[in-house]
Amino acid sequence: MSAAILTNTKDNVATATMRLNKDDIISLKAGDHEISVRVMQEIPSGHKLAIRNIRKGEAVIKYGEIIGLATCEIHQGEHVHVHNIEGLRGRGDKK
Amino acid sequence: MNFQGYPRQNGTVGIRNHVLVFPTVICSSEVARMISQAVPGTVYVAHPHGCGHLGVEKEHIIRTMGGFCSNPNIAAVLLVGNGCELISTEVLAEELKKNRQRFEIVNVQDEGGTTGAVEKGKSLAEHLKYEAQEAKRISCGISELIIGVKCGGSDTLSGLTANPAVGYTADLVVSHGGTVLISEVPEMLGAEHVLARRARNRDTADRILQITSTMEKKILETGVDIRGTEPSPGNIEGGLSTLEEKSLGAILKGGSTPVQQVVQYAERPSEKGLVIMDGPALDAVVNTGMVAAGAQIIVFTTGRGTPLGSPVAPVIKVSSNTQLYQKMKDNIDINAGGIVDGSGNLVSVGEKIFHEILEVASGKLTRSEILGHSEFAIHNIGPAV
Repeated sequence: MSAAILTNTKDNVATATMRLNKDDIISLKAGDHEISVRVMQEIPSGHKLAIRNIRKGEAVIKYGEIIGLATCEIHQGEHVHVHNIEGLRGRGDKK
Repeated sequence: MNFQGYPRQNGTVGIRNHVLVFPTVICSSEVARMISQAVPGTVYVAHPHGCGHLGVEKEHIIRTMGGFCSNPNIAAVLLVGNGCELISTEVLAEELKKNRQRFEIVNVQDEGGTTGAVEKGKSLAEHLKYEAQEAKRISCGISELIIGVKCGGSDTLSGLTANPAVGYTADLVVSHGGTVLISEVPEMLGAEHVLARRARNRDTADRILQITSTMEKKILETGVDIRGTEPSPGNIEGGLSTLEEKSLGAILKGGSTPVQQVVQYAERPSEKGLVIMDGPALDAVVNTGMVAAGAQIIVFTTGRGTPLGSPVAPVIKVSSNTQLYQKMKDNIDINAGGIVDGSGNLVSVGEKIFHEILEVASGKLTRSEILGHSEFAIHNIGPAV
């Protein structure tokens, strides 16, 4: 079983299918080639990690589509969640 | 590929043969319950509606109740009214006549109160029950089926296992000439462009973009932040970060075929293939709207676990992860967790769900039916007084 899943070759995040620990090396299937990523911090099962560096303000891509923007610099292997990305839709807090 | 269903006089095909005791208003809900409990084998629902609805809300409630009572899984309906309500037995009778659904009527005020109404209701329900037993299952094509697809209590695996597996099933249903109904418009926000790209024509694409932008505006107009509930606290704990992420994973359960039509909440599709139903995301409300739109079966994916069923339509529950399947075995029909565990893949799980649909359509009971789940709720759109 794969430790994390990439849904689309355009994605810059992968979803962990088990708890990942710091310094784990995971390999991911991206189309017909494999990429490997060193996990930088603990990632709970079901949560996402960056598979490459993502700049502040850059689109976070999953399913080959934009799921939000990075609110700070995110490094490869780091946890990607509500603390460092934000959605753009249905935002009642923004006028 | 066929299933064994009940052909109805109005041309639809049922997969169950229920006699429904339906209160038209909350005031007759208890009387309906007493009648149904006195006639084993009948089903009933309780609801808080039937009076005080104005304008579009009134039309919406009538369409939902009329559609629900006309679902092909129901052989006949006993309408139970009080006598002075807005949505009276006469009002609903008109709807059922239009749909050529078999029904009888009892009103509490006409029968001198609860005791008299229960007596009369019992005898009418017994009669409808005997009549319904005449119906026999025959071989029917998948083109007769409307399958509702729904997710509730999602986790991040929902979008990686259960939803795409159900999407594979949805494509199979459509390729056999059947209809797949997908709804939960709040969970299309951020993914509507994907659905609009797949619309059969420009009008349908515009309609998809219109229902999603109306939903978003309506939420924003109230001054609230949708992120208070979408993604829900449980979704976030499970790893879903944004509404867009949840939506993109949610629409996967509709598969990959063109969107043929957009219908209102509880409106019966006139097209076959993949159809979008307008409406909210709350599980019981969506299930009720889909049943009212004619869905005979609902395929329901869950990552966190939910016991929900429907009074007249079997709900096939698909778990997104194996832990949940093991924890809530009573409630789950099929586990899609094997897609990440390595014991299955999207195709094998998708085919398994498809075969389960055919078995359930031919009479196999789902977990929600065995456990007696019969949740029912109508979407309130206001104004109501």
